[in-house]
Amino acid sequence: MSRHAQLAAKFQSNKAQAAWHDETLWMVREKRDRMSEAVPEWEHLRDAASALKLYSNSHLEELLLQFEENAKKNGAIVHWAKDDKEYRQIILDILQRHGVHHFIKSKSMLSEECELDPFLLKHDIDVVESDLGERILQLMGKRPSHIVMPAIHIKKEEIGELFVHEMGTEPGNNDQTYLTHAARRNLRQKFLNAEAAMTGANFAVASTGECVVCTNEGNADLGMAMPKVQITAFGIDKIVPDRRALGVFTRLLARSATGQPSTTYTSHNRCPHPGGEYHIIIVDNGRSRLLADPVHRRVLNCLRCGACMNTCPVYRRSGGYSYSYFIPGPIGINLGMLADAHRYYDNVSACSLCHSCQNVCPAKVDLADQIYAWRQKLQRYGVADSTKHAMSVGMQVLMEHPSWFNAALRFAPLVNKMPRFLLYNKLNGWGKHHEMPKFKKPYKF
Amino acid sequence: MDSREYILNSIRRHTTERYDKPDLSPLEAEAITYDDPVAQFTAAMKQQGGRVVLLQPGQTVGAAIAAAFPDARRTVLAVRDLPGADELPGEVTFADDIPEARDINGADLGVAEGLMGVCENGAVWIEQSVKHRAVYLLPEALVFIVRRDALVNNMHEAYNRLGDRAPHFGAFISGPSKTADIEQALVFGAHGARDVTVLLV
Repeated sequence: MSRHAQLAAKFQSNKAQAAWHDETLWMVREKRDRMSEAVPEWEHLRDAASALKLYSNSHLEELLLQFEENAKKNGAIVHWAKDDKEYRQIILDILQRHGVHHFIKSKSMLSEECELDPFLLKHDIDVVESDLGERILQLMGKRPSHIVMPAIHIKKEEIGELFVHEMGTEPGNNDQTYLTHAARRNLRQKFLNAEAAMTGANFAVASTGECVVCTNEGNADLGMAMPKVQITAFGIDKIVPDRRALGVFTRLLARSATGQPSTTYTSHNRCPHPGGEYHIIIVDNGRSRLLADPVHRRVLNCLRCGACMNTCPVYRRSGGYSYSYFIPGPIGINLGMLADAHRYYDNVSACSLCHSCQNVCPAKVDLADQIYAWRQKLQRYGVADSTKHAMSVGMQVLMEHPSWFNAALRFAPLVNKMPRFLLYNKLNGWGKHHEMPKFKKPYKF
Repeated sequence: MDSREYILNSIRRHTTERYDKPDLSPLEAEAITYDDPVAQFTAAMKQQGGRVVLLQPGQTVGAAIAAAFPDARRTVLAVRDLPGADELPGEVTFADDIPEARDINGADLGVAEGLMGVCENGAVWIEQSVKHRAVYLLPEALVFIVRRDALVNNMHEAYNRLGDRAPHFGAFISGPSKTADIEQALVFGAHGARDVTVLLV
């Protein structure tokens, strides 16, 4: 059994919560459907998003240089980080130079990828996650289980208990509105007292040198509104040519992610505050080498909307923690394999190849086709499941010899009469997770 | 070799295939439009948790805001020369007269100009016109004053109209701040304004 299957079984052991998780994410998927159906040109929007990403990711040198030139004209300071280590060090240097101890940060998958928070805490910088879900997880010492709804796996009772200690709420009051407003009051003080702020970027616009961030809570936006020291960091794949391209992406992002016509805030950060510093960090961390891979380069189209997770029948029933890479679901399976195939190969089994993910992806990442391609390569990495591989070889022999195939079909109904101990044992891997079908008598010509 | 050169070299070396920039004109031409922009914008705002108030003939902007927020004790203005400002209730301060951004905290109401309203999603485009951009985020409630002829159908029209206009900070804000991070229950008032009202003039 793969590591994913073992962890999925653990997730399923709490039946009620597993069912809630499945139904709730499916509800988000249905909201996405209603939103997309209300836009007649939806499929053309997806085509345009895909084409724009293929264009920008194949013209990165030109667009990044244009971005850099414009950002400098705006008064920003531009840094380049080739890997996670440089990214962390650049941020630490900025914070230490300004004597920053209170640092407010909004959700950024790049910072998770580069493991920023533990590094800063080690250097005595009190980094506070300002997205409500992220803050809950930070206080619990847990990691996100979804890229857009990070605390989807946590029950309100656990949050209520946490907030009694952390936010001074009354014990036993687990009302979501009450808890959210307690966090608002608590985090408002953190916003007011932060000496520096940081956010990721959904889009970096080459023609204007501005960084665009989309949130519902307003946390990235409020965070950047006050401190004199501001930092935005983004992966090179976040570059878009111009604002006209944003017309396409902003129409797709929230509709795909949460089934809303727009995020509440779409903030365009361009200039530093008067007398302040605006630092922009452009990060590669392995992205540029993916450009040469014709099978997998479309992962760079990803907008990080999470729609592939909400629709995935495996993700919905196994939860984010069942995946070994920090990004779960179909996009995480692929990004994990590209990051380190030997470390994250167990995730490729977490897919039924139903292709739903690539049918909802706003930027048309061919997620399922890529997972299929990875499975074909598992043997090469020496990590294919030996039983499954033997079955595949056996099936190939049968398929190539019609007389054997027909003979097998003719004898299959014998299985119906066999006692259970002969059928459900170590030799029958399939029977471990499934009931055997009743074989019909073969049709006689 | 510094990291900038390292990254650019790596991009050069690995870019094996180039795709053309797509022509967005056909998509922009077929994008959704609305026969009654005011009705659609009002519906979209409602969907996002905000509301639209129409300025009545003969009414000043100040009077319309006062009618919508009669209990406001402290209002911060990001607009100069607001018609009927003397009709606003409570203490009224112009944002640039506030020394520190954090001093805006606790304001009941912020009033700003919205340069554009987007019918498909209820978003209002604001551009920083005062020294503290916190005025768009800290107050408990916000009023955006938007001209009826500044309503556009969709985000393509919105960004095409903006072109490369370059405020220090700009944002589309579509209704009040919200979250569903605790068991997917929708709650308004996460970090930004709890209430967003658009006054169409």
